[in-house]
Amino acid sequence: MSTRKQHIVVVGNGMVGHRFVQELLAVHSDLPAAGIELTVLGEEPRPAYDRVHLSSFFSGSSAEDLSLVEPGFYQRPGLTLRLNARVAGIERRRNTLQLADGEVLAYDKLVLATGSYPFVPPVPGSDRPGCHVYRTIEDLEAMQASGATSASGVVVGGGLLGLECAKALRDMGLRTHVVEFAPRLMVVQVDEGGGRILRSKIEELGVQVHTERNTVDITDGATARHRMVFADGSWLETDMIVFSAGIRARDELARQCLLAIGPRGGVAIDGHCRSSDADIYAIGECASWNGQVFGLVAPGYDMARVAAAHLAGSAGVSFSGADLSTKLKLMGVDVASIGDAQGRTAGARACVFTDELKQVYKKLVVSADGKRLLGAVLVGDAAEYGTLLQMMLNGLELPEAPEQLILPAPDGMAKPALGVDALPDGAVLCSCNNVSKGQLCAAIEGGAHTIGELKAATRAGTSCGGCVPLVTQVLKAELARQGVAVNNHLCEHFAHSRQELYHLVRVEGLRSFAELLARHGRGRGCDVCKPTVANILASCWNDFVLKPEHAPLQDSNDYFLGNIQKDGTYSVVPRIPGGEITPDKLIAIGEVAKRYGLYTKITGGQRIDLFGAQAHELPRIWGELIAAGFESGHAYGKSLRTVKSCVGSTWCRYGVQDSVGMAIRLEHRYKGLRAPHKIKFGVSGCTRECAEAQGKDVGVIATERGWNLYVCGNGGMKPRHAELLAADLDEATLVRLIDRFLMFYIRTADRLQRTSTWRDNLEGGLDYLKAVVLDDRLGIAAELEAAMAQVVDSYACEWRAALDDPAARKRLRTFVNSDAGDDNVVFVPERGQIRPATAAEKQMRFKGIAVVPETV
Amino acid sequence: MNARSASAAVMESVEVSAGAGAWQPVCALDDIWPDTGVCVLLDGRQVAVFRLADGSLYALDNHDPHSGANVLSRGIVGDLGGEPVVASPIYKHHYRLRDGVCLEDPGTPLATYAVAARDGLVWLHC
Ligand code: SRM
Ligand SMILES: Cc1cc2nc3c(=O)[nH]c(=O)nc-3n(C[C@H](O)[C@H](O)[C@H](O)COP(=O)(O)OP(=O)(O)OC[C@H]3O[C@@H](n4cnc5c(N)ncnc54)[C@H](O)[C@@H]3O)c2cc1C
Ligand code: SF4
Ligand code: FES
Repeated sequence: MSTRKQHIVVVGNGMVGHRFVQELLAVHSDLPAAGIELTVLGEEPRPAYDRVHLSSFFSGSSAEDLSLVEPGFYQRPGLTLRLNARVAGIERRRNTLQLADGEVLAYDKLVLATGSYPFVPPVPGSDRPGCHVYRTIEDLEAMQASGATSASGVVVGGGLLGLECAKALRDMGLRTHVVEFAPRLMVVQVDEGGGRILRSKIEELGVQVHTERNTVDITDGATARHRMVFADGSWLETDMIVFSAGIRARDELARQCLLAIGPRGGVAIDGHCRSSDADIYAIGECASWNGQVFGLVAPGYDMARVAAAHLAGSAGVSFSGADLSTKLKLMGVDVASIGDAQGRTAGARACVFTDELKQVYKKLVVSADGKRLLGAVLVGDAAEYGTLLQMMLNGLELPEAPEQLILPAPDGMAKPALGVDALPDGAVLCSCNNVSKGQLCAAIEGGAHTIGELKAATRAGTSCGGCVPLVTQVLKAELARQGVAVNNHLCEHFAHSRQELYHLVRVEGLRSFAELLARHGRGRGCDVCKPTVANILASCWNDFVLKPEHAPLQDSNDYFLGNIQKDGTYSVVPRIPGGEITPDKLIAIGEVAKRYGLYTKITGGQRIDLFGAQAHELPRIWGELIAAGFESGHAYGKSLRTVKSCVGSTWCRYGVQDSVGMAIRLEHRYKGLRAPHKIKFGVSGCTRECAEAQGKDVGVIATERGWNLYVCGNGGMKPRHAELLAADLDEATLVRLIDRFLMFYIRTADRLQRTSTWRDNLEGGLDYLKAVVLDDRLGIAAELEAAMAQVVDSYACEWRAALDDPAARKRLRTFVNSDAGDDNVVFVPERGQIRPATAAEKQMRFKGIAVVPETV
Repeated sequence: MNARSASAAVMESVEVSAGAGAWQPVCALDDIWPDTGVCVLLDGRQVAVFRLADGSLYALDNHDPHSGANVLSRGIVGDLGGEPVVASPIYKHHYRLRDGVCLEDPGTPLATYAVAARDGLVWLHC
């Protein structure tokens, strides 16, 4: 071999192009050592991002959230990524290519990963301003800008992408229409019966569907920006239009340099992903294998793996087509299509179940001998997707009565499930990332014992997420098989999860730890179950937490109604709703701090924290604060912390609603609410979001028409953007939805699970949450609202209650037999205030600022 | 059965074997709510005294060596594997009430003290 470096050039830094680089690096982690120089040329202004989840851009994900590229990934020796670099031509005889700006680059091997472009039907007027396509982040930004000045929108094309796009328009608050040329929606994936149910479900969601409409002209509208004229003479007026009428392979470079092209477009490739020129490969949506182009990411990833392996010298792996089964959630409607969904195989027989009331349609396509599953269509409920897909892919024998697979199970009877044990090791469970059951088992054996670890180790479940239920089943089965105990028991005293205990408390009306322990536990309890149960009791009944039967259950923080600090002192955080405070109250806080020698700091939650109080000082400090009009800030509880606000329309020139007023009302409503973990809110007066509401458990953002409600955001250890739950709400609806959301969280979350982790673990995800909170799918909304009303109505300031209760107050002391303070608490001055002395400083017995003179 | 019950008879037998030091009343029994602790200050020494729901009493150093803070009396009491323990409120180390051994770090146990109840008072021997 020559010592000259081999220069590999990748054209396109999309999903597949990027995966190719990852695959090549997996083989050659040290490119210079392998004699490889790798250059990636991407036309877009940013590195590869997750196009599959592009729509989440509209529900709050940023371009960074969507990025597939880890920071620093492209900064390694031998690897160059150039963005805004479009390749304009290829000179095969010279092994060179030319960039749009004229620069010429030489290559040894070229990999085309140019993807595809949205097809726009050649209708006059289709290039008018306000006409869009849906493929890149820039397209979405343009749609957002148009949407802001539009009242209505039309999507041309009722396929998978078109419906996703319609959802985006509807979420922007537009009157939305879908115009489809064919007689039904999703013609490729769904048969006629399924199409009918799908249509009525989508129309129910407020999207108008027009089938068999062929657009022939787009002109000025009379009531809206555009008028779309159809072949039958009818027309529709709209402010914006998005074309989603299919995609076409971006094979223009291949055509220009005369490579072989597939019958339906696309660069023709062989099983090693090589084009008709042995130095040029093509992968992803721009490639045509066996006359077929694939509009899904999984086959593209497979091609990336094959091409990388072939370039690295192993001819053993090859691409052999892909299964195009899909499962989607379109506007909250489950749609799935498996294998031969249309029943085209000779002799195929179908078995159909339709429920027009529940709007569910399910069809099985079975082989002539009735033994094998060939395909299936599921609309309205796709719970069986994973099972059916594996049956089809692995040719598993169908059960005696295959219709049982799709018929609703009679109450109490289990459905014939596909035991994951029945699957062969080779069964590919995650098709996006080509991960087999065997690989999953190996990773579990290797120590991946949570779904998160398993995802990290194998990539399974990290793309469309459709395989997660099956992957979870394998994980559970495998852990059980390896004898790893899998239980969600709270601790050794309760063989129940937090959620189960919550239900027991509610259903049996239990009001104390002792009752619960006697009925459902054993032993005396511990520092895990006691605070958890105390918290559940408080969420349900909201009794005073320092009653004699509850006090022993409380963590020191709840017991002393303050946060314990490293030296055993406590912090004092009065509630400052919405962060709004009068000068008099500021002065009152200042005076208390001065009198008791406390350290003061503005917290990250828009209020003031006073540090350095000993247990016996707390009652007096709080007595003074309460006299000045303050109440407990619950900084110590697993409860509502702060509702952060921005100044809003009252002062701010951009504000569209009174965000401070709203924040204060929300803080007063939910203060004192105990929950599995702390809860934070934010309320912003406009889309500039100065209150960072999208980083909160509950985020409220003002709109011209009301309030948008975001949920499950988190700052802290693992930041997570909140997701839009509902838009343009009036105050009463907003409060009702927050009531339901919070109570549902309180009922179902695990111990110490913030809303963000709860949401990430919620089966069914955001759509399920919406179904429960907005559509009341579980029929519990009224109950949740009533439970919240009970907590709201029984609110009392805990510090006031503690001071008013002589027995409780008496316990809030440092020593039971002395009024002295703990002499191990030593402060030294720093920047004009106190701080705890270090161990070394204490050793020197250097006692700094004298704290409070002891009286009482 | 737990080692110490709040009966005078037990206290007497403890007294016989207690050696140096003396019994002193430190607080009313009612000052300690069942299943909680309090801190007693005795000649500059801080002792955490716990009263369990079954009436048994325990006393050990209030100082939590793992955090360096005097806080053990403010920990949650309970049992692990049937053994009564207190969890430090700072970093949640568990100390056995019976002998002061830290379950997470059994090296140097905390000092424990004899304690008993009589005439509605809690008596400590140290
Ligand atoms: C005082 C304060 C820091 C400050 O000086 O600004 C603070 C202090 C503590 N934080 Fe915090 N956090 C404070 C704002 C925040 C914020 C900012 C915010 O609220 O906007 C965050 C990130 C936002 C979020 O929570 O999403 C924050 C994320 C955390 C976390 C990580 C939570 C997570 O789910 O990722 C913890 C650890 C935990 O809760 O398990 C934590 C835990 C703590 C604890 C309770 C740790 C402890 O057990 O000692 C600290 C004691 C509070 C005390 O003594 O009063 N603190 N903490 C802030 C009090 C705000 C208030 O007024 O109530
Ligand atoms: C809204 C939406 C939803 C989708 N949902 C799903 C789904 O649920 N499941 C699924 O499997 N698939 C889905 N897809 C399809 C999936 O995104 C594609 O299959 C995947 O992105 C294909 O990857 P690719 O790398 O081949 O093409 P792309 O990701 O499009 O990347 C091609 C890149 O090459 C660049 N490029 C093109 N020509 C040149 C040139 N001459 N010079 C330099 N750069 C060039 C392009 O700018 C682009 O960045 C969806 C697509 C969209 C748009
Ligand atoms: S979020 Fe909007 S209204 Fe609030 S302060 Fe910022 S710019 Fe002003
Ligand atoms: S099948 Fe899409 S992530 Fe696994």
